[in-house]
Amino acid sequence: MVKTKSNVIQKDAVVVKFVGDSGDGMQLSGTLFSDTAALEGLDLATFPDYPAEIRAPHNTIAGVSGFQVHVGAKKIETTGDLCDVLVAMNPASLKANLKWAKPGATIIVDENAFDEAALKKSGYADNPLENGTLSGYNLVKAPVTLLTREAVKHLSIDNKSAERSKNMFALGMMYHLFGWGLKHTFEFFEKKFKNKPDVIAANKAVLEAGFNYAETIEALASVYQVSKAKMEPGRYRNITGNVATAWGFLAASERSGRPLFLGSYPITPATEILIELAKYKSLGAKVFQAEDEIAGICSAIGASYTGSLALTSTSGPGLSLKSEAIGLAVMTELPLVIVNVQRGGPSTGLPTKSEQSDLYQALFGRNGECPVVVIAASSSANCFYYAYMASKIAMEHMTPVILLTDGYLGNGSQLFRIPKVAELPDIKPPIAQPNDPDFKPYRRNPETLARKWALPGTEGLRHRVGGLEKEDIFGNVSTDPLNHQKMVDLREAKVQKVAEFIPEQEIAGAKEGDVLVVSWGGTFGPVSEAVEALQKEGKSISHAHFNYIMPLPKNTANVLNGFKKVIVCELNSGQFVNYLKMTHPGHNYLKYNKVQGLPFTVTELVNVFNATLEDK
Amino acid sequence: MNNQPNLTIERSSVELTKEDFVSDQMVKWCPGCGAHAILSSVANVFPKIGYRKENFMFVSGIGCSSRFPYYVNTYGIHGIHGRAAAIASGVKISNPHLSVWVATGDGDSMAIGGNHFIHIIRRNIDVNIMLFNNQIYGLTKGQYSPTTPMGSITKTSPQGTIEHPFNPGELVLGAQGTFFARVIDAVPRLMTEVMFEAAKHDGTSVVEILQNCIIFADKTHDSITNKEHRDDRTIVLRNGEPMIFGKNKDKGIRLNGTRLEVVTLGENGVTEDDLLVHDAYQQDPGIHLMLAKMSYPHFPVALGVIRSAMYPTYDDMVEDQIIYAKANQKIKNVDDLLNSGETWEIK
Repeated sequence: MVKTKSNVIQKDAVVVKFVGDSGDGMQLSGTLFSDTAALEGLDLATFPDYPAEIRAPHNTIAGVSGFQVHVGAKKIETTGDLCDVLVAMNPASLKANLKWAKPGATIIVDENAFDEAALKKSGYADNPLENGTLSGYNLVKAPVTLLTREAVKHLSIDNKSAERSKNMFALGMMYHLFGWGLKHTFEFFEKKFKNKPDVIAANKAVLEAGFNYAETIEALASVYQVSKAKMEPGRYRNITGNVATAWGFLAASERSGRPLFLGSYPITPATEILIELAKYKSLGAKVFQAEDEIAGICSAIGASYTGSLALTSTSGPGLSLKSEAIGLAVMTELPLVIVNVQRGGPSTGLPTKSEQSDLYQALFGRNGECPVVVIAASSSANCFYYAYMASKIAMEHMTPVILLTDGYLGNGSQLFRIPKVAELPDIKPPIAQPNDPDFKPYRRNPETLARKWALPGTEGLRHRVGGLEKEDIFGNVSTDPLNHQKMVDLREAKVQKVAEFIPEQEIAGAKEGDVLVVSWGGTFGPVSEAVEALQKEGKSISHAHFNYIMPLPKNTANVLNGFKKVIVCELNSGQFVNYLKMTHPGHNYLKYNKVQGLPFTVTELVNVFNATLEDK
Repeated sequence: MNNQPNLTIERSSVELTKEDFVSDQMVKWCPGCGAHAILSSVANVFPKIGYRKENFMFVSGIGCSSRFPYYVNTYGIHGIHGRAAAIASGVKISNPHLSVWVATGDGDSMAIGGNHFIHIIRRNIDVNIMLFNNQIYGLTKGQYSPTTPMGSITKTSPQGTIEHPFNPGELVLGAQGTFFARVIDAVPRLMTEVMFEAAKHDGTSVVEILQNCIIFADKTHDSITNKEHRDDRTIVLRNGEPMIFGKNKDKGIRLNGTRLEVVTLGENGVTEDDLLVHDAYQQDPGIHLMLAKMSYPHFPVALGVIRSAMYPTYDDMVEDQIIYAKANQKIKNVDDLLNSGETWEIK
């Protein structure tokens, strides 16, 4: 082979997607690539895209697993629309993902995997590597399987085990493409396979072989150079939204002095919160894997009455099952955080795909007049902050809080600037003191309308709560008509009072203009990027991204007033726009919606916003 | 450093009386309802148990039985239908220093709450469950329940039920229960005695109370509980004592091969030595299951503590794991956690 000197292409940001069969180790390749990028000083966001089946049939479209990572020298808020580099380990993964590659993208394939059987299973009539399908791309055909075997020949490893590390060959090629070292990944092997020297040696050999191969072939005519991102100074780590959510709760528990209790039942894509919290008994976290979703929330209600920071985590169908118990927490006025990592619905829907279609359910999905606070996180990293704030509001205002995230935020990762727990806002739960002569179960703090939290075991505070309507102040069961009206009004007013304690809504851009783009929750990345692109072109467009949904920030009306048109973008059929129409009528509302289990792309949003700006 | 969790429940420094547990709420059960006797037994037994009055906690679901927390002056949650066991699990795990009691009925915990019922038992969480079994839905006015005898005519079974009823004892033992007892609402002395044993037991205790619903299932247990024939149709089991019953104390229970049988003392050479001696504390549930299943007319119905076996409780093990983790895990606070693993400084 002839050694050539590659061209160096300067890039602001690059999107890479690793795809393969679900047993091919694409999640690991993607994670290692991201970790190395972070250590090289780049900002990044990642998203794993995996099938609902653990091992779908080999080499089929259904079994394709992917991992997309967006790295850059600028602030990265999305995982990228289309990829610059696609690494495809078999025909099915190429077929399923070619539509996500930019025209002219570099496509690296394992040509050994494109045999007749695999082509047939993937539905290709003939070989796309030969028939011109990929003529518009920079196709790199690498004999990954063969060279992987070759690389470990000197080790006593059978072919099948050897092939298991072929994902490392592709990763090695990527490191060359980006000009990064192998050191971090070597260290990972050493830690991960501590007592398996053969496995360490094989993975190292294959990674190195991939790197060297890329260096020596001509096909990789150019290499990328992405300079270090300019980020706020501080200590950083990579974190997924679900882990950030779990950690936010742990921080809230520590700051409030209330022990953490999670009652939960496994459900995609929320299970990682349960798994993560189960690790931290050393922080006193009590994690109860209940027999069902209902027991998850009911055990949390019991723990809340008893004085714990009580949590339950779930996804859409689980929230449905918890509805009645949320009503109990509303009636008993106990603090409780319900996390809904939203997925595609209705029913079982699209368990591994993301959507924002549970907003109505969060706001209204219960019997009776049943208000709760609703908050939505907007990035994988800020799941930490909003989990913390949800806990703070629940405890200080003695109310259930629904925290909405989604599969995209939960499974995706981002760089996270590590805060100090002492610098987070105070949390002061209104705990009743022993023998408080003024204590009555439903007597309220006039500022928050929260009742006191009287913990079992405390002298002089014995009292009962329950799901039957309560007599104002005294908390006895009451069916008195006027008392019921009063209690309904008080519960609503208590939730609305939260608006006095949350930040005002911010606007990115001018406070007045032609178009205000409104979004909420997990769509912040693409929406903000699209708006910024148009602002750079001088267009009269601003962006308001909502994290506090119920109650809305108290300046919401002012925010909306400054614009001729308000376009609300969401991954549902228009739930937030209808909520705004109901709470803030009289504006010129437009909407842009998508319900495909996919995030917005920046490109589609730019087109929509341009059309909105032009349409007089 | 103390490696043993302190899970004792603080005892009252003063002697408590029945009055300490009387609530100011009007008791609204029907006159003649068996629940009144249960309430009275609780008020009698709680001072004897001796814990601080603030350390008692009642949890209930929905139904006539579940109004119970309003009528005793303890901490309490009147929950939602079927979920008392789940709520109580959270209470006990969150604060193991509470004596947690569940008041539930046959509809609440055998039907809508069946799942939570078997799982709290399987986990052996230290909660005392009083199961008011009146074989009917009373609060919704007379529909058959999972314990209604087959063939019973109720509002929802005008031609008689065609469902096989649960025997709660079988369900408890099938779910690996460590404590099961059965009592009659009309015998408060035994009820108080059994509740005291339930309180002492570490783990989930289930006390089935054969309760009369005077309105919708009056005399449902009459064939066994009526004073006229109660002694002949029930047997009160006491640990270490031979299984003798009958008005004349002349009948007993013997193990014949793999089955129980009723024998008469003095007949066919049967003596007291041939009878089974009750061992409530043995771990093997085989005989306990047979005893729990005994039903009239072939057998007397077993009353008293049928099973009280020692097993570790879930709540103890949670505390053990926390102590172990605190001593052995590197992460001692959330700052440690945030800075654990791969992190890097950007200047």
